[in-house]
Parts: sequence; structure tokens; C-alpha cells
Amino acid sequence: MNAAEKPVIVADSLIGQRIQKKDAPEKAAGKTRYIQDMVVPGMLHAKILRSARVHARILSIDTSAAKALPGVHVVITAADVPDQQPIGVARDHLPLKGERVRSLRDEIAAVAADSEEIAEAALRLIRVEYEDLPIVAGPEDAIKPGAPLIHPAPLDAEGRPKTLPPKTPVAFAGKADNVAMRFDYTHGDLAAAEAESDVVVEDTFQLHYVTHCCMGVSGVIAEFDASGNLLMYSNTQVPFLHKREFAEYLDIDPARVRIIQPPIGGGFGSKLDIYPFEVICIFLARAAKRPVKMVFTREEEFLASPTRQPVLLTLRSGCRKDGTLTFRQVHTLHDNGAYTSWGATTPFVMMQTFSSLYRVPACDYHTTVVYTNNPYAGSFRGYGNLQATFAIEQHMDMLAEKIGMDPLDFRLKNAQDAGEVTGQGMTFKSCGFKECLTTAAERSDYRRKHADNIANRNARGPVKRGIGIASMLHVGGGAKIYPSDGCGTILKLDDFANVTLITGASEIGQGSETVLSQLVCEELGLPISAVTVVNNDTAITPWDVGVHASRTTFIAGNSAIGAARMAKAKILAAAARKHDCDEASLDLRGGFVVKADSGEAVVELARLMRSLHFSDKAELVMTTFYYEPPSVHQDKGFKGDVSAAYAWATQVVEVEVDTDTGIVKMTKVTGTHDVGRVLNRLGLEGQIEGGVVMGQGYALTENLIVENGVTRNPNFRDYKLVTAPEIPEMDISFVESMDGEGPRGAKGVGEAPSICIAAAAANAIYNATGVRIFGLPFTPEAVYRALRGVTSKPHWQAWKPE
Amino acid sequence: MSLKHDIEFALNGVRKRVAVDVTMTALDMLRDVVGLTGTKYGCGEGECGACTIRVDGQTVNACLMFAVACDGHDIVTIEGLAADPKADALREAFVEHGAVQCGFCTPGMVVQAAHILETNPNADAATIKRGLEGNLCRCTGYKKIVDAVESACCGGR
Repeated sequence: MNAAEKPVIVADSLIGQRIQKKDAPEKAAGKTRYIQDMVVPGMLHAKILRSARVHARILSIDTSAAKALPGVHVVITAADVPDQQPIGVARDHLPLKGERVRSLRDEIAAVAADSEEIAEAALRLIRVEYEDLPIVAGPEDAIKPGAPLIHPAPLDAEGRPKTLPPKTPVAFAGKADNVAMRFDYTHGDLAAAEAESDVVVEDTFQLHYVTHCCMGVSGVIAEFDASGNLLMYSNTQVPFLHKREFAEYLDIDPARVRIIQPPIGGGFGSKLDIYPFEVICIFLARAAKRPVKMVFTREEEFLASPTRQPVLLTLRSGCRKDGTLTFRQVHTLHDNGAYTSWGATTPFVMMQTFSSLYRVPACDYHTTVVYTNNPYAGSFRGYGNLQATFAIEQHMDMLAEKIGMDPLDFRLKNAQDAGEVTGQGMTFKSCGFKECLTTAAERSDYRRKHADNIANRNARGPVKRGIGIASMLHVGGGAKIYPSDGCGTILKLDDFANVTLITGASEIGQGSETVLSQLVCEELGLPISAVTVVNNDTAITPWDVGVHASRTTFIAGNSAIGAARMAKAKILAAAARKHDCDEASLDLRGGFVVKADSGEAVVELARLMRSLHFSDKAELVMTTFYYEPPSVHQDKGFKGDVSAAYAWATQVVEVEVDTDTGIVKMTKVTGTHDVGRVLNRLGLEGQIEGGVVMGQGYALTENLIVENGVTRNPNFRDYKLVTAPEIPEMDISFVESMDGEGPRGAKGVGEAPSICIAAAAANAIYNATGVRIFGLPFTPEAVYRALRGVTSKPHWQAWKPE
Repeated sequence: MSLKHDIEFALNGVRKRVAVDVTMTALDMLRDVVGLTGTKYGCGEGECGACTIRVDGQTVNACLMFAVACDGHDIVTIEGLAADPKADALREAFVEHGAVQCGFCTPGMVVQAAHILETNPNADAATIKRGLEGNLCRCTGYKKIVDAVESACCGGR
């Protein structure tokens, strides 16, 4: 190619385009191998025996018949693993229970056998003798004086409390009461703020159990090599935290633990903790000296995977006649279940919404997390924010009505702006909240419909229409919970200008591979197809804290951009040297090094890469980058700018309420999200639509019924997920606030879309019927009863321990 | 421990003879005996549709069918569809429309969608939604799946 023929390279930006998901062709062809599909040569199959009682002392366990069954390799109980250590957030949970069971999910024994069928047959041969204990069936029972203790201190042979060294974990030392955790936050002068309020409302809200219902059930494969190094095939969302935890657990160097993450059949926060089945699988593999695979049944998935945190919440809110919010006071009671997982820590997120979604001069927040004999709650998309938003946004409507103000105007008056520093120390560098409010309201014709629906409440016919609005604030730039909230990237270009992007970020179906590729290609002027993503092996990928807190696009995105920019600088410097020009005048576009101003091709990138490689001073382009967001840890008072950016959204929900049957039909959702900037429009829409429908399920259909510690509906027949014909019309729009720290201006969005739906639905039902419902879900029965005034309003006396 | 039974059937157009336990489901046979893992276990009781296959042209939850009941029948799984040029447009529509996230429900969705298209080539969105009612998806909110199937109707409208 001589100088006169050099083409001009024109390439459109990839940002904001509809980019197809990289792994979609494999998945649509059924070729993707999930953990459930994996076969490791020589592997055994494992099953767990769970408790038959809700709360009981274990008197004896007899595994002799199970051990004698042909095909059974190993049967273990707590007695076989004297080295087992407690797991979980509060170190109150031993994977195998030897002396006491505290919930129906409790693991008593486990079998590794030649087949699943043999393992199941072996479980049926294990005999357990129990002595029943009184059941703590709900959080209010847990705090009653004289309530049975879930984790009583162990006694010595004479019946006296054992003397134990300080800092002995709860699993061994017990707990003198049923309080697992406390959270107390305050800003402003509550008494003064209340005194200047013209209107105060106080209500108790009840949030129910739901669970993730990942379409792929939980599973893990564990194996040790001949040197005792552990390899796990795991669907964890936090591989690097797990690597460390398992190493500590086994008292081996973390370098000896390797975690490979096969494609995952759904995450949604369910795989953020370390769970007994994973530890038990390791025990079995260690004992059997064979790879061991354990996969749940769907029933087991319902019974023994975490739930969303159920909450009893009393909220007092006040405002002045002019519509200025004055204060919020919150007391919540969290049912921890029998053990402490991430659900107990949802107050971290809940208090952000109470303190900072709207400008509120005084906020007083208290949570008591208590042990019961119920299933335990974990982390779940939205992380407490659905619960907090449900209460707040109903109160916003109620206060507005009391002072005679339009609910949208009331919100706009109190909504946050960019530049605000909240009482909790969150700094809103970008904030499209008001634009979300006005956009969603306009697109849905909220004001007119809201007024019309009230006017039509007494019109003939059983079906009443309603419209409701709710908004949310959530972390959108990571969340500094761990010592680092960062992510590492290794990037290399081959001789043909193809990129291998090695990232710490986990793909859980959300599309991280695609958006990270997109960001890299935008820097390097390459097509998406030029990128291969490696993201599933702790022995290869650089560290990342995990896929949670809507952080991956923001954190891993910035990390990928950092590595790509370093590569670009290297490439342009080399091109400038070889072609005798100023590197600042060069750019990468369409697979070429080009003149930045004219787009004229200087050299094909692949050719340049080869000329670097195959030269006397052979050189490859490989870069590494670690991105740590400029956020800070909260102090002991829960104050601090914990995220590098914050995401906002407003969702308007429209419903039809059949007052004869109580059936609520969600007809339309208008959602406007401040996403910073649209990167992959297709993936973004998918996240939001999926989140909206998950929120719809939370509001209307899903209900894990737990009675006296027993889960009554552990199956899809009785636990109703939303199906295709039930989905609302969805109008999704975006506010691009161009966050200064975000990758190309973007902020996190993964959790946001599910957060407002239940709150907006509650407001819509009220708009339709004039009846406010304070508890979820809005099943036909619940709505029917509420419409006829035969529901007792949730009530709870705000409580703090002495 | 259990009784084996010899069965013969057409699997994705190829004659297949296998010995299966009489208690085994068609799902377990496909996954564990034949080794085709595209058909997924989601619930084991016919509620989620992840194991949807076609038997003599009808869609069936493989978890609710005994393996021995496959004897003499014509079985098509996602692997069969993946090799069938007639289904290319449908799979491509799933990719193009963003109908795939975690992808675990996708094989069952694609098999069910192929059935909808074959039996009702002019299906509208409401008909497609009804047709997909037995297939649960936790990621997408169904909209993009419906869009994908609708676009594949009549080769796109």
C-alpha cells in the first residue's frame, strides 16, 4: 500500500450500541456446560441428610447401615470432622451439626457414593434420634423474655457454663440472648425536627420471605490433587474471597486453593456467602480421595439456599405543610433465621435509603437482627433496598396526601441533586434523580392518570385502575465493604491484533464479558469479535472482590479501560517510532493505527503487532491494571462515601385491581434509570426488564411460606414465579448523567430495576382503591381481605435491647 | 437394584438403542445415559420447562416422562435443533434480541419456541406468551424472549 492509496478509516463508537451477548450463541444452542453438566473422571456423587426437626437436640446418629450399602464410599457426620470451623458472617454456623439442629435445612450427615441414587438410598438408612426443643417461630418470639435460646452457651459435665477463651466464635461459645446483630445510625436533631413537623405518620410494614429461584440449582465439585491442593468447580460470586476462606478453613496456603467457575444458571446475590454444602463437599472429597460432585434438587434449593431478608419495619416520617421533609425514624426487626448470613447486614443498604434517597434533616435508624428457627436470609439483588423503599415511598405518598400536595411535586421538592453530601456522608457527584422523576412521570402520564383514577374509584364495575410512583437510590460505583473494592485486568494482544482480556470479574449471565469487551474495543478500535474473555479461574485471573453491589461494569469496566489505555499508549508509541510521527497525532480505529484528525490509515494494527514481535527487540503488548475506586469505608457510625457513584431510578407502576377477586394485574411499568451512560443498550434493557419482572414477583406472586419453621411451598407449583403472559408492558428509558468516575460515564444498574416495583405497586393499589396495604405480597387473598377491611395491620412495638 | 429395559428410538434423527432403568426419566436418560446435557434439570416436576424436548412433534417436559416411554418415538432435543438449519433463524433471533442471559432456561425456551413457530407460524405476541407460559426464566423478564420468537415468526415481520 503506497502513501497515495492509504484509506480513511471510519468507525462508529460502540458506546450505546446494541451489542449481542458473547456467550449467547452457545447458550441458545444448548452447548454451554454448566456445573450441573460437568463430569470429572472418577467423581463421586454426594447428598446431604438434613434435619427432620425444626429445633431439637441430636441424641444419636447411626450411619452404619448407610456405610454398609454397596457403592457408598464415605459417610460423614460432625463427629468425623472434629476440625470443622464455623462459617458465615458471625461465625455462628458449623457446616455439620452434631449436637443440635436449629432449622429444617440443617445438615446432619453427608454421603459420597458411586451415583446420586445410591447416595440418596444411603441417606434413607441413616438413623437420627432427636429430642425436640421449643421452636422460636418468628422474630417477635425471639425477643420475648424467657424465649428459648437458639445458640445457648455450652455447659460442662456439671451443667455449668464452659469456660472458653475470649473471642471464641458463637458456634462454640453460644450467645446469651437471641440478638445476632444491631445497627444504629443517626444524623440531625430528631426531637427538634419532629417538633417542627406539621404532619407525622407512623406505620408498620411487613416484608416477606422470597428466594432467588436461580434456574440452575446449586452445585459444586471438589477435588484434591496428590499434593493436597484443592480444586473447586464452583458457582460462587466471590471466587477470591472463597479461595481465602477455604484456605483458612483447611489451614493451608491460599495458593493451594484454586476455584474454577463454570457458567452459572443464575446468581442474583445467592452465591455471595460460603455455604455448608460447599464445605461438606470438600470434607467428602478429602475423605474419599476422589472428586466429589454435589448438586441440589429443586426442593433442596428452596429449603436450603438463602432467602431475601424478611423485615418487620416501623417508620415514622414527618414533613412541614410546605412539603419539606423533616425527619425519619426507623425501627426494624430482622428475622435472621438460625444462622447469620448476609441478610443480617442489609441494614447497611437500608439506612442509605432512609437517610439519603430524599433530603431529610434528621434520620434515626435502628435494626435488631434476631435468631429464630427459620431459614436464614442471605444477599439478594437489591440487598434490603426493596424493603426500605417499600416503606419510604408509601410514606411519601401518605405525607403528600395529608398536606394536599401532588405526590410528584412532593418528591421533586425533596429529591437530591448533584453536589449534595448527605447526612450519611454520601456525595452525589452525578445525580439524575429529578430527571428520572419527571421523565418517568411524563412518559407514563402520571399526573393525569393519578387524578383520573381517584375520580373513578367509585365508578361502576369491579376493576379499578391505579398508578403509583416510587424511586430508588443504590450504590452505582461499587461498595467499599472489604479492604479493597477493586478489580484487576491482564490484557494481551496477539500477532493478529486479537485481544485476550483476563479479568477478575465474574460472569453470572449479566453480560459482563460483553460490556468489558466493548469498553476495551472502544479504546483499541477493534470489533467485539477480536476479544476473548478469560474470567473463570483464580489461578489465572487477577483479584476481584466479587460480583455484587451492581459493581462489575463500573469497577471491572474501569479496570479493563485502564489496561486497554496502557496497551494503546504502547501501541501508539511504537507506531510513532516506526512511522516517524508524533504519537499524540495517532489513534486506533477499525483495526488500524490512523491519523487522529483525518482518519487516514498509518498501519494495520495486526501488521504493527507482528512487526513488534518479530524484530530484534521482540516485544509483545501485554498490560496489567488494577482499579480501586475512590470510595471510603464507613466509620463506626455508618458514615462515609462508600461508593464512587450512585444510581437513581424512578418507576411508575400501573395496575388493574379486580375488587371482586382481589386479583392485581400489573399492566405497565415505566422505568427511567440514571445509568450514567448507556454502554450496551441491549444488555442494559435486559437487566432492567428482568429486574422489573423480579420486582413484580416480589410484589404480587412470590411468597415462601414459612410456618413454625417449616417451609410449606418448596416447589414452583406453589411458589409462583411470574410467567410470560403476566408481564407488564415495559417502557424503559435512560438518563445519562455522565458520571465523572464511571467507565465512559456509566454507573452500575444490576440491582436497581427490582427495587421500586413493590413500593410503586402499593401506591398504585391505593390510587385504584383508596386502600393502603402495608404487607407483602399483594396476593389475591391479601388484597381481597384488605379491600374488605378484614386484614389486621402489621403492628410491632419498636424495640431495642437493654 | 433396578430393572433394565432395552429401548430404541430416534434421537435427533439418529436411531438409538439404550438400556435404561425402568424408573429413569427421559431427562436423566438424555443427560446421563446418552450424554446430551443441553436439556436441563430445573425442577423435576414439570413446572419450569427447562427440560422441554419434542416427542413426535409435541413438546414434553422430559422430567415427567419415563425413559422407557421414549421407545419407538421420535425425540428431538436442543442439540437436534442446534444442528437443524431450519432452526438457525430462531436461535439467531434469541442472540440478536438479547433473549439470553444466564442461559439456563434457553434450551427449553428455544425448543418450545420452535414448536410454537411450527404449529402457529403467524403467532402474535399474546399467543407466543401463552405458548411460553410453561417455561420459567428468572433473568430476562421474558420480554426479549417474546420479541425474539415474534421476530422469527414468518422469518421476521
